[in-house]
Amino acid sequence: MAESQDQSEIFRGTAAGGALRDTRSVQGTPAAAMPAFVLGEELADLADRDPRVVVLTADLASANRTVEFKARHPGRFFDLGIAEKNMLTVAAGMASCGFVPFAATFASFSAILGAEQIRTDLAYPKMPVRVIGHHSGISMGFYGTSHHAIEDLAMMRAIPDLTVVCAADANALRAVLRASLDRKGAMYIRLGRGRDPVVYDAVPDLVFGRAIRLREGRDLTLIATGAVVRATLDAADILAREGIAARVVDMHTVKPLDRDEIAAAAAETGAIVTVEEHSTVGGLGGAVAEVLVDLPRVPFRRHGIPDEFAPVGPPAALYAHYRLDAAGIAAVARETIDRA
Amino acid sequence: MTQAMRNSDAFLADRARFVRTETVRLSRIAGAGHYSSTFSAAELFAVLYYAHLRIDPKRPDWPGRDRFILSKGHAAIGLYPVLADLGFFEAGLLDDYTRLGSPFGDHPDMKRIPGIDFSSGSLGHGLSVGLGMALAGRVRGLDYRVHVMLGDGELHEGQVWEAAMAAGHFRTRGLVAIVDRNGLCIDGHTEEIMGVEPIPERFEAFGWEVRRIDGHDIPALRAALAALPPAGEGRPQLIVADTVKGKGVKRMEMALNWHVGNLVGEDYDAVMAELATPAAGEA
Repeated sequence: MAESQDQSEIFRGTAAGGALRDTRSVQGTPAAAMPAFVLGEELADLADRDPRVVVLTADLASANRTVEFKARHPGRFFDLGIAEKNMLTVAAGMASCGFVPFAATFASFSAILGAEQIRTDLAYPKMPVRVIGHHSGISMGFYGTSHHAIEDLAMMRAIPDLTVVCAADANALRAVLRASLDRKGAMYIRLGRGRDPVVYDAVPDLVFGRAIRLREGRDLTLIATGAVVRATLDAADILAREGIAARVVDMHTVKPLDRDEIAAAAAETGAIVTVEEHSTVGGLGGAVAEVLVDLPRVPFRRHGIPDEFAPVGPPAALYAHYRLDAAGIAAVARETIDRA
Repeated sequence: MTQAMRNSDAFLADRARFVRTETVRLSRIAGAGHYSSTFSAAELFAVLYYAHLRIDPKRPDWPGRDRFILSKGHAAIGLYPVLADLGFFEAGLLDDYTRLGSPFGDHPDMKRIPGIDFSSGSLGHGLSVGLGMALAGRVRGLDYRVHVMLGDGELHEGQVWEAAMAAGHFRTRGLVAIVDRNGLCIDGHTEEIMGVEPIPERFEAFGWEVRRIDGHDIPALRAALAALPPAGEGRPQLIVADTVKGKGVKRMEMALNWHVGNLVGEDYDAVMAELATPAAGEA
């Protein structure tokens, strides 16, 4: 039986109050390297320089650390209470007056509960609202299906004119937030649990719609997005020890998709596995499949959560259950090549 | 026309009639239209746009302008002619109303129509939009007002009450909601389908200041709008405008089968003739 994991911090935030920047660590990981600590402070930094930035949340200011923003910019922070639909549409109204609102809550309640508001009030009128869906996928573990979001990418990806981006780690989140200021139209920014392990040692040069190739390889390409990018890199290490050279791509932008990078993977590495903490229906895997169907056929596997509601369990146990840990991803890659 | 004539109640009554006749004309182009929900709001449109809103048709994006959100977006057919009449765009554009590629659909598109402050059509959203605009004005230090017109059946939507609660909580100044209380939703009388009364007490409990008037009484409408506190003061404001769905065309008044309809031939001519005749007591 796996050791139980402390999941209480999801609601109260990983640490309460005070100056967080680089001053503390959680289980040996510097705060600056944890997305949970980045969102509020990075937004506050951006707001120092850009008067258009305002932040909204729905009674989760501690969970998503927008309390750090509130402490520095109280007049530009709005907690709408447990009313996500209102939060999203209020953000749209503010955006119509020249602001760039960031509206943050659990992915299950931003993208899924608020899907119609995102479509009708944000994307359709091209309002520059940045919807932050944090604790996406199955990262909320035993809180269960109501708090999981394994359908959000599929739902958001179907909306015209909406940019859909996943941040792999703390530095990727910084890059996404900075780049978002000048992006036209609405965005859905998908985050993990906030403890996502490091992928980028420094803030990457991130351009929406252009994938980042993290590792070269000739035998297959692992295309990953969001919180599983680190595990995918680790899977490539495992495969390398077995003589399999896996290319690893961070497909941070799920929409608009980098078709050239997918075509290059197909042509140059001969096999593709997509990896995502999301249903295999309609997410990154579905998006890549839509590109591959127009190309010469290559072995292809969509790796994610099968078309079912996930059981409850501690997050690490769930990732192992769905083979979304490094060993599992490596095994899926091996199967894909062997079957070819 | 002199400024005095423009400000007269008779002029506003004429503009309300213009809203109705244009609605009938445009509906025939489309082959269907939301007549009765627009007729109930005709005096509201006329008073708001010709005698109240601080707007400049030459500067539809002026940051300091008053905002108007037609949360009951299905009445846009009555708003488009007003915007054209005020000079936001060429009136001739409406001759292709709803034709393929037209900016003008049954529900308004802010990205394609100058003077539309926010797109609408999905009921329940507009008060949240208006709250966001009012909060934006507070952050920016601007003194504009935001007006949101809701249908009475729209009050069934839960998001309306999320916004009402938040507006009261934030003591939002400069936010004015107007409920077109025409009594009917599509399936029947609101109080039979899903009761919305008592509207004033419900909003008052959420921290709003409420006035209730006859929504076809132009002097009463003007007085209610004139009584609003200055934009930077007071609580969120609600005007409940008691109206008649289908007002102005006898066959449509409080009739359940005219929410959407299509007048053609002799019926079209008869209704246009009925609308051309000033009502009793009208100057």
